[in-house]
Amino acid sequence: MTNHPAEKIAVRDLKVDGPFWGALKRDLLLSYRRKSDLINPLIFFLMVATLFPLGVSPDSVFLAEVAPGVVWVAALLATLLSMDSLFRSDFEDGTLEQLLLSPQPLFMVVLAKVLAHWMLTGLPLTLMAPLLGVMLFLPADGMSGLVLSLLLGTPTLSLVGAIGAALTVGLRKGGVLISLLVLPLYIPVLIFGTASIQAALTGLPVGGYMAILGAMLALGLIMAPLAISAALRISVSG
Amino acid sequence: MAEKKWMPRWFYQLASPRWCYQITGKLLPIFAVAALILLVGGTAWALIYAPADYQQGNSFRIIYIHVPSAILAQSCYMMMAVAGAIGLIWKMKVADMVAKACAPIGASIAILALATGAIWGKPTWGAWWVWDARLTSMLILLFLYLGVIALNSAIESEQTAAQATAVLALVGLVNIPIIKYSVDWWNTLHQPATFTLTERPAMAMEMWLPLLVMVIGFYCFFAVVMMLRLRNEIIQRERRSSWVRELISG
Repeated sequence: MTNHPAEKIAVRDLKVDGPFWGALKRDLLLSYRRKSDLINPLIFFLMVATLFPLGVSPDSVFLAEVAPGVVWVAALLATLLSMDSLFRSDFEDGTLEQLLLSPQPLFMVVLAKVLAHWMLTGLPLTLMAPLLGVMLFLPADGMSGLVLSLLLGTPTLSLVGAIGAALTVGLRKGGVLISLLVLPLYIPVLIFGTASIQAALTGLPVGGYMAILGAMLALGLIMAPLAISAALRISVSG
Repeated sequence: MAEKKWMPRWFYQLASPRWCYQITGKLLPIFAVAALILLVGGTAWALIYAPADYQQGNSFRIIYIHVPSAILAQSCYMMMAVAGAIGLIWKMKVADMVAKACAPIGASIAILALATGAIWGKPTWGAWWVWDARLTSMLILLFLYLGVIALNSAIESEQTAAQATAVLALVGLVNIPIIKYSVDWWNTLHQPATFTLTERPAMAMEMWLPLLVMVIGFYCFFAVVMMLRLRNEIIQRERRSSWVRELISG
């Protein structure tokens, strides 16, 4: 936002005692001490996937066809659900204000917080996805595509979702609003994520899809922290 | 500030709500008359004098509402994001107000584009809605507008709301090409060549000219509504300043 000298990012920021690792360690430790928050998105993920066979049809052929979409939509909603709490407790106890005032580059701190969020939701979701795949009769050919696409796609979901979380952190009822802001932006990731699994199922090469998911992740990694930082400054000052 | 001015004078003048109110007061009647003439003339030309399409008959005439509204809905988002960026960078209050005024207009125009698309789709494709790439991306554009409106109304402080919506509009602007590309691509994957009718034959001149008139008319209409909303917003926010008090009492 400003030409503050501390905003320049140097190699030292990535060192073990730098702001990046400091913020990452802090967030991981905090959520380790509140374990129920860790498990809730996973249970939600499992439940949403359970609703589909109950609501639509338990037929294995049908389920195998919709499995990529169902798993992806469930992962997307589970990420979204956990998004609201990303900055909220820090905002409420004043930590966020201190982070904004500190001479450390906000870019790195924000990136660390998003990475911690992904490690605690996106990564477990990815690891749990094969279980859901089995429950929904996803053929074994699609499993690698499922895991790989979620591995590349969920960090983008965390990055984009964090923009919405940062914009709504000052609001009392941010939960529903985040979904309104963020869901349209999730659409490209959803499209390429499910398409890659379908390609894997039909025996087509998945490299291209993974490259596009990776490109979106790369773009998100450089652009999203800027938007998140700006949004946090606006929310905290307002 | 001894800083060198590198933007034209009118740009700085625009920052003054009072100047902006006065200039829009002068421009408003011009655009209103232009919009009236173009829209009435264009509609008459399109509905009465333009030839019927050899494939779709008279049902194609909805294009004269559908296409201008679809174009306008997209440029309105562009304008909202650019105005938001100007508001963020130069802290220009008027730009914030322009961005705020754009969102509801853009959303209504997007709804108009979707509704006319649905009405056109029924006789042409035999369905009110198809998951065509263009329809889908217009729907997503509407969602983006609704998100901006929701965020703006959720934040109480006017300045914070304007800044937050500007950030969201800019994020959306970066995403629009990605969304558009991915939706186009998704559509070709899932539904190959279902709608050959979407590829219209190159339009005849007597069909194309009224369309051009309608597009310009829609832009003029947008300018009129935009200025009305902007003037409203200026009066509301500057209600404590002396010139607004004079305006209202005198």
